[in-house]
Amino acid sequence: MQASILDLEYVLGHYNYWMFVILMMTGLYITVSRGNLIKKIVGLNIFQTAVFMLYISMGKIIGGTAPILVDDPDAVYSNPLPHVLILTAIVVGIATTALALALVVRIRETYGTVEEDDILAMEHEMEFGAGVPHGGDRG
Amino acid sequence: MMALIETNLPALQVVLPLVAAPVCAMLGRGSRSWAFATAVSWLTFLVALSLFAKTFGGTIISYEMGGWAPPIGIEYRVDVLNAFVLMIVSGMAAIVLPYARRSVAAEIPAERQSFFYTAFLLCLTGLLGVTITGDAFNVFVFLEISSLSTYALVASGAWRNKRALTAAYNYLIMGTVGATFFVIGIGMLYMVTGTLNMADLAVRIAAHGDSSTVHMGFVFILIGIGLKLAMFPLHLWLPNAYSFAPSAVTAFLAATATKVAVYVMLRFMFTVFGFDYEFQAATLEMVVLPLAILAMFAASLVAIFQDDLKRMLAYSSVAQIGYILLGLAFLTDTGLTATIIHLFNHAVTKGALFMVAGCYVLMAGTSSISGLRGVGRDMPWTTAAFVVAGFSLIGLPLTVGFISKWYLVQAALELGWWPVALLIMASSLLAIVYVWRVVETAYLQPAPEGVTRKEAPPSMLIPVWILVAMSIWFGINAMTTSAAASRGGNMLIGSSQILWED
Repeated sequence: MQASILDLEYVLGHYNYWMFVILMMTGLYITVSRGNLIKKIVGLNIFQTAVFMLYISMGKIIGGTAPILVDDPDAVYSNPLPHVLILTAIVVGIATTALALALVVRIRETYGTVEEDDILAMEHEMEFGAGVPHGGDRG
Repeated sequence: MMALIETNLPALQVVLPLVAAPVCAMLGRGSRSWAFATAVSWLTFLVALSLFAKTFGGTIISYEMGGWAPPIGIEYRVDVLNAFVLMIVSGMAAIVLPYARRSVAAEIPAERQSFFYTAFLLCLTGLLGVTITGDAFNVFVFLEISSLSTYALVASGAWRNKRALTAAYNYLIMGTVGATFFVIGIGMLYMVTGTLNMADLAVRIAAHGDSSTVHMGFVFILIGIGLKLAMFPLHLWLPNAYSFAPSAVTAFLAATATKVAVYVMLRFMFTVFGFDYEFQAATLEMVVLPLAILAMFAASLVAIFQDDLKRMLAYSSVAQIGYILLGLAFLTDTGLTATIIHLFNHAVTKGALFMVAGCYVLMAGTSSISGLRGVGRDMPWTTAAFVVAGFSLIGLPLTVGFISKWYLVQAALELGWWPVALLIMASSLLAIVYVWRVVETAYLQPAPEGVTRKEAPPSMLIPVWILVAMSIWFGINAMTTSAAASRGGNMLIGSSQILWED
């Protein structure tokens, strides 16, 4: 850990982590702040992709080649394990997205909207009868 | 043949329901898929029982998946603690599935039932996999298998109430954020150690010592699992998911899903990090302990004011998770014993209560408490089961709830934290209030005019009463459960101290 905050080498040397942080926070922010159910899923995808990038970049070794055995005994290989892990995580991500979209389709069919505010208002009406929603109980 | 089965028991535990799931989907309508799923869950339970019998004495079974030796290959590691959790999970599935037939038949259209049981088996697979595996990334994969099927199961409550869809959606968003946090944490640990095997991680983290990467890894894992187990301020997905899911699903999830997440927490806190790890001990004491106490009170208070029985029980679950985390945060032998024994005791108690709620939904057509006036006379057996399980929830003597509270209070007194002990007892008083509300409505208020309610069918009553009987039996004779719990606790504490002493 460098003492100086403005150590250019430190900042640039960790640029993959900065990218990860920015992407991750963007995704998380969209997931939390947007009221549109589809946009929330988009945010979730960005969030997950950020994690994929974190894993992939940590397996990369500067000057390393793809981890396929070559005759050269001095060859440096990138670490394949994080990449393989991320293949699994991508599959999980796709399954999550597919399920989420399927749910949104069903929500659209039954509620007629994909806006969270409208849905909350309807649910409030179902529970307490017509009135001004306070938006408290979001579950 | 028997020898072959015996050596491969840890693999069978997970593979059995996993392979059965697609077969179940192909069986087509109705009761065939139900019978198949039930048979599979009983087989799985037998496997878990034999694993528990083998490890009860302290043996640790290490199974190399596909013949690849750990730490490179994936290791399935069974000790007394996770065998105990495996037994809870598969046992609850074996009890809930016979109960599910009538309840599911009423709540889910016939042509979808085989898919429902498929998702149920997949959920079981995921939960068992999380518990049995000794590989950190494998935990994530199984966690997502169980979570994804859980979202589908919760959403299948939509035929009864369309709000199940939004409940499932919110659960999905929060669950995925939690799981992703967990992966980030594991990524951080992988960066500093270069391994994913839990036992190996423990050794290498100990050798690596303290660093900000390990801190971040710890925090991400804590928050990620905290979301999955509904740790107090992160519990927002739970009440809706539990109240709108089909009754059988709620009973199963309430008894198992959060318990498995607690197990993962225990495993990471103690085996992987080791609690002598200063940063972690401080986090548990300064953050988790106050939140656990807050959960005990806040969630119980909210439960008192709920009209829906399932929702009330869901909030009570959040409070009970508070007790479980409290025992963990004590960081002592007795505290851990309380946590582990409460995993079992709460599974039995809450499983029974949610199953009773399911009986009301089926026979009385409502789970609203005000709609259940006088139900005690129409459905005497169901309501009696509620009363006994309710006693256990409060923690009255001769029930399992008392055993948990006893260990918990003892753990607090051992540390000299008598205010905490008093708070534990005070929060039990709140449980009396919300349980009494239901009992009072069911027995002392006149039934509404023109309502006919019949007693629940035996196929539902028998599983309910098995759980109720267990909550009494293990409340009087707690030898097996407390021995398993204290051995599990000793082992956790032992594993962390051995690693940190050298």
